[in-house]
Amino acid sequence: MSKRNPEYDFAWCPGCGDFGVRRALQVALEGYSVEHEEPQANNVVVAGIGCSGNMVHLVEGDQPFGIHGIHGRSLPIAFGVKQGNPKLNTVVVAGDGDFLSIGGEHIGPAANRNVDITAVIMDNGVYGLTKGQSSPTSAFGAITTSTPLGKIENPVSPLNLYMSIGVTYIASYYSSKPRVLAKMIQDAMNHKGFSIVHVQSPCTTYNDTYDILKGKPKEGIKGIAFEIPEDHDPTSVEDANDLLSRPGVPLGVIFKKEGKSLEDRYQDMAARAPKRTNDELLDSYLLQ
Amino acid sequence: MGGPASSQVRISTTPVLSSGDGVDVLVALNQYAYDHHNEDLNAGGVTVYNAEEYDLPEGGNYFGIKADELAKSTGNARAANMVTIGAVAQLIDFKLEEIDGFITQRFTRGRPGDDEIIEANIKAVRLGVEIAKTAGFTVGQLEAPNPPDYQQIVITGNAALSMGATAAGLNFYAGYPISPATTVLVWMENNLWGEGRFVHQVASEIEAINAIIGAGFSGKKAMTATAGPGFSLMSEGLGLAWMAEIPLVVTNVQRGGPATGLPTKSEQSDLYTCLHPAHGDIKMPLLAPGTIEECFYAGALAINWAERYQGPVILVSEFGLAERGENIRRPDLSKVSQESRATVSEGDTGKRYDSWDGSTPLPGMPVPGGPGAYVANGSEHDEIGDTTHLPRHHVRLMERRFKKLDLLIGAHYEIENADADMIIMPWGSSKGPAREAYDRLIEQGENVGWLYSVALNPLPEEVMTVLKSGKKVIVPELNYLGQWSSLLRMEGVNAESITQYTGLPFRPADLVTRISERIGAGVTA
Repeated sequence: MSKRNPEYDFAWCPGCGDFGVRRALQVALEGYSVEHEEPQANNVVVAGIGCSGNMVHLVEGDQPFGIHGIHGRSLPIAFGVKQGNPKLNTVVVAGDGDFLSIGGEHIGPAANRNVDITAVIMDNGVYGLTKGQSSPTSAFGAITTSTPLGKIENPVSPLNLYMSIGVTYIASYYSSKPRVLAKMIQDAMNHKGFSIVHVQSPCTTYNDTYDILKGKPKEGIKGIAFEIPEDHDPTSVEDANDLLSRPGVPLGVIFKKEGKSLEDRYQDMAARAPKRTNDELLDSYLLQ
Repeated sequence: MGGPASSQVRISTTPVLSSGDGVDVLVALNQYAYDHHNEDLNAGGVTVYNAEEYDLPEGGNYFGIKADELAKSTGNARAANMVTIGAVAQLIDFKLEEIDGFITQRFTRGRPGDDEIIEANIKAVRLGVEIAKTAGFTVGQLEAPNPPDYQQIVITGNAALSMGATAAGLNFYAGYPISPATTVLVWMENNLWGEGRFVHQVASEIEAINAIIGAGFSGKKAMTATAGPGFSLMSEGLGLAWMAEIPLVVTNVQRGGPATGLPTKSEQSDLYTCLHPAHGDIKMPLLAPGTIEECFYAGALAINWAERYQGPVILVSEFGLAERGENIRRPDLSKVSQESRATVSEGDTGKRYDSWDGSTPLPGMPVPGGPGAYVANGSEHDEIGDTTHLPRHHVRLMERRFKKLDLLIGAHYEIENADADMIIMPWGSSKGPAREAYDRLIEQGENVGWLYSVALNPLPEEVMTVLKSGKKVIVPELNYLGQWSSLLRMEGVNAESITQYTGLPFRPADLVTRISERIGAGVTA
């Protein structure tokens, strides 16, 4: 059940991190529209499959245009939406399974293109909708329903992957502070080029990592999430790599590189392209 | 370096419908070529062989040419092909002025040395002519050209379908290289330019189908082209496009299959896959042009169909059409319609996925940025696209998705002698050889009919009427399973196939024999 649609019959579990991401996304979408004086209808949310994919139905506020597509393909779909109409603020929402496992092949091309879309990734380290299987970010040795004897693959390190593959805006955060996360997502939307906001969004049913992330001082648990130091320069590759070599989950903007997006490059190329009417084109085939 | 390659030219004073039965002149550039194509030679035919590569024993219907050596004597070693062309021209009595004119036009490029190149090439042609004269062979005389009174273009099937789609307003193309569809991508990258148009080579066929889904959603007339393996990769995306009702066109330029199959050979074996590319209840609209000219008009119609019914359309071509260059009537672009999907306006009360029974125009499709925001959803959904499991939504939208197919009319079809007891119904490129066979059978006085439709789904009502008449329908098709006849039998049609799965097109003479056997076997009672 969603506020807009009482008949909608999907719900996240109580305490799911995706609630916080939803709040942040709604604030960011509204904030972006106000900032750019554009209608909310210019926002398009492209969702993958999984718990996170239902974001496109559950996001509150005005209904954005959305696509709830097929597993792993949110990036190429969003690419088509954006090139189809570059004025659209195109946002991908996906989980770690959707984005990094079945859809992993699309991250590199999106980065190479520097396509002007923003991906908000909800990382819960598990396949939640299918009831608790191992995901790309599940820890080595993790006991899940599909790894009853422990996971024997190394986990993906998403932030290092994004950095090495050339993503031009990389932020990392968790779902617990939607206001701060919203600012980060809006900042990512404003970035010209491919931006990823990677959010730790715990699954309270199959992989509850709230305590691990934030710590629980009473029980002597020290959280692994840490604020990025103020002297961190996100425009510096060296600083970004230094930060990513540290254990734990950094909170903030890790890397940001200004430059031309695919859309800019395409306009440059189009200016050089031959311009022929359909009739002129057809005449090039005339039998002499 | 690649492998063996061949190309064929067929000259006629009437439109050429197929690659014919055999060849009158074979130019075999190496022993392998001679060994593999010698049997293609018609009675009275002559082989010109490359005497620098190999020798043949005295006394056959052939003569050797040392084209490289002769070319060098003209001062231009690259004119070896012209020596051979001269020899062929002599054999078939082709006017040398035509060749000279072509050479002059081809090499007049405003560069220093143009004149020397032209002179050397023309000289090379004459050297070839002399060799052929001394060999003492001819293969007869060409009839005088009989040019039509309309303007003609020379174009390949892939260029024609690209041009047709563009004429109908195609403005978004994403593709990935794969034989024999690559030249569509290359055509688009060279020509699909201008305001509001976008073309890009993406990282895979999976990216291509999903990119055009996104573009179709955002308001574009979008297409991709691929061949069997790439089409298989697009299955899931096509299911999404059908379910979420996204206008787009996927062109499948068939090659031999399965798997990597025969990448550069002709086969019509993707019909099942094209009609039912994805899981679930799906039957794709399908256009299968059978000639180069039809490639143009089917390319245009595919775009228009996608817009009209708000969904995916499959355009099925074949290797046998893709790279075949042919002179056809220059299409009149002012007569090519450009349909655009119905959209919605502020204040419209309808929802994107309302029920629809065909009694009203299909409701409009909201365009992102405008009114009517909804979710294009691959899960079954309610009126605004939210996921639902309620039976009534699955029922009403299943019916809507299939009902929309009724909108897809207007494709070319042909019906002749429908009263005959036996009817020949080819599809795709088998139309050409089947038509030659049909004409010969009629000439022989056989009682056969002709049925042909570019649209294989949905079939035009008039075609359906003939099919349902209970006549025996013979389907010549290039596959093992007899795919089209089996689909017709599913519809209760009395159909059977004449199949061939060699990777090569039908020869009209073979079809005449095989169809006659069916007649002789009393099939028509």
